[in-house]
Amino acid sequence: MKATNVLMAGFGGQGMLLAGKVLAQAAMAKGLQVSWLPSYGPEMRGGTANVIVCISRDPIASPLVTRPDVLLAMNLPSLDRFERSVVPGGTIVVNGTLVAREASRADCRVVRVDSRALAQAAGNERAANFVMLGAYVGATGVLPEEAVEEAIADEFRDGKEKHIDTNLAAFRAGAAAGRRAAAASEVHA
Amino acid sequence: MSKVLMKGNEALGEAAIRAGCVHFFGYPITPQTEIPEYLCKRLPEVGGVFLQAESEVAAIHMVYGAAGAGVKCMTSSSSPGISLMAEGMSYLAACELPCVVINMMRAGPGLGGILPAQSDYFQATRGHGHGDYQCIVLAPASVQEAVDLMTLAFDLAEKYRNPVMVCADGMIGQMMEPVEFRSEGRGPPMAGNDWALTGCEGRPRRIVNSLHLAPEQNFAYNVRLKEKYDRAAREEVRFELYGDGRPDVLVVAFGTMARISKSAIDDLRREGRRVALFRPITLNPWPYAQCRAAMDAMPEGAKVLDVEMSMGQMIYDVKLAAEGTRTIEFLGKAGGLVPSPDEVAARIRALLP
Repeated sequence: MKATNVLMAGFGGQGMLLAGKVLAQAAMAKGLQVSWLPSYGPEMRGGTANVIVCISRDPIASPLVTRPDVLLAMNLPSLDRFERSVVPGGTIVVNGTLVAREASRADCRVVRVDSRALAQAAGNERAANFVMLGAYVGATGVLPEEAVEEAIADEFRDGKEKHIDTNLAAFRAGAAAGRRAAAASEVHA
Repeated sequence: MSKVLMKGNEALGEAAIRAGCVHFFGYPITPQTEIPEYLCKRLPEVGGVFLQAESEVAAIHMVYGAAGAGVKCMTSSSSPGISLMAEGMSYLAACELPCVVINMMRAGPGLGGILPAQSDYFQATRGHGHGDYQCIVLAPASVQEAVDLMTLAFDLAEKYRNPVMVCADGMIGQMMEPVEFRSEGRGPPMAGNDWALTGCEGRPRRIVNSLHLAPEQNFAYNVRLKEKYDRAAREEVRFELYGDGRPDVLVVAFGTMARISKSAIDDLRREGRRVALFRPITLNPWPYAQCRAAMDAMPEGAKVLDVEMSMGQMIYDVKLAAEGTRTIEFLGKAGGLVPSPDEVAARIRALLP
């Protein structure tokens, strides 16, 4: 695989840091090099939080990335702030639930997903972060979906097992949406 | 042992446990609070002592007490908290007490901010407290290296009976990377301490003290300490040289800034440019001769670029290494801003022939 740098951004509490950790765990389990670098500035409740996950076959040089290959934008401020930084040919996953506008990058693959509706249908409104992660993995095939599913299940062990099923369902719904979006964009191309 | 994904701060805590550390004294401060948080859970599990002090001043003097009793011990803090420890560090070095101090550097001066910085370089490498003492200073560039250097820190502290600092920036504390703990069990307790205060029943009493009022006696004491630092300079220098053997631009950087520079160097080398990185791992003793050798291998007119997350501190050591044979260029940012791989690459590009 090509080295991939993923920027995942949203409001604090939307779970993008956790989704990033799961992505890193899954990649590590597949024998890849990973780094997980959170923004840890003086943020307040409702402020923005983001994380950069680097995935590579080779040792990772800089964990700090200013031109990501992939952006997962959970809210409008994240899309506004980071959309321009994505490399040409990259992937942008937009949370259609909270972002009213379209992404403005014609040179990127854009996947739009109503994360809240899919999470609610999966039985856990708070699992919108895993819908977004699923949409990314489904659209790009960056990792086998089963590897991410295993990492999600691992994350909710130690007393939080009751959340495994709904989070897995949310991830799968997102992955299906991502696969559909990827197939549709190939037809256009 | 398999790899685990861990936050730098927590990995440092676990590495301390595995090195055999049994006492931790400290006070919370961002971006290193996960170290005490982790150790307050883990140390009691291995029969150790975790104590949150009332201040950093108290914490370093608790380290002084525990080290004086011959116990493997440590503290950790971030920049403003490390400043508060200056007096205690001088006393620890003066009394030749082994201990490890982690500084997860944040932006200064003053209260500054909580974002990463390398602006405590002078403080770490040039004494920090009063008197002619030095600390051995280790600077990791990844979570794995932080773990490995933690083991080394305890070993060197004991070997030289001296405080050892592990100096990283907040990014290394906050990021997660896969780590492997190379030691399964726990390190040994402090060995062969014929100086520790362990109760004098059945033996002559020992005194840990740094008061030497007679100047001749105090001078002899200083000479002995200097011999120890000189020995460390001969035996403990560590560095990494990466990239072309005969570069047109040699970047000198440590810690996170070295990693960021590596990305820039990789990009330029893919274009066929001749670029290299010199990364000191020991900030004190500094690898002067090794850096000079790397400079001497460069073609005439080749440039040296020092890159730091500060306004320019390590650059003085790079200049000492060059001894006036080369001009040293500088790229740096402070206040919590970090030069990006693109910024480093652009600066290197401007220096290339």
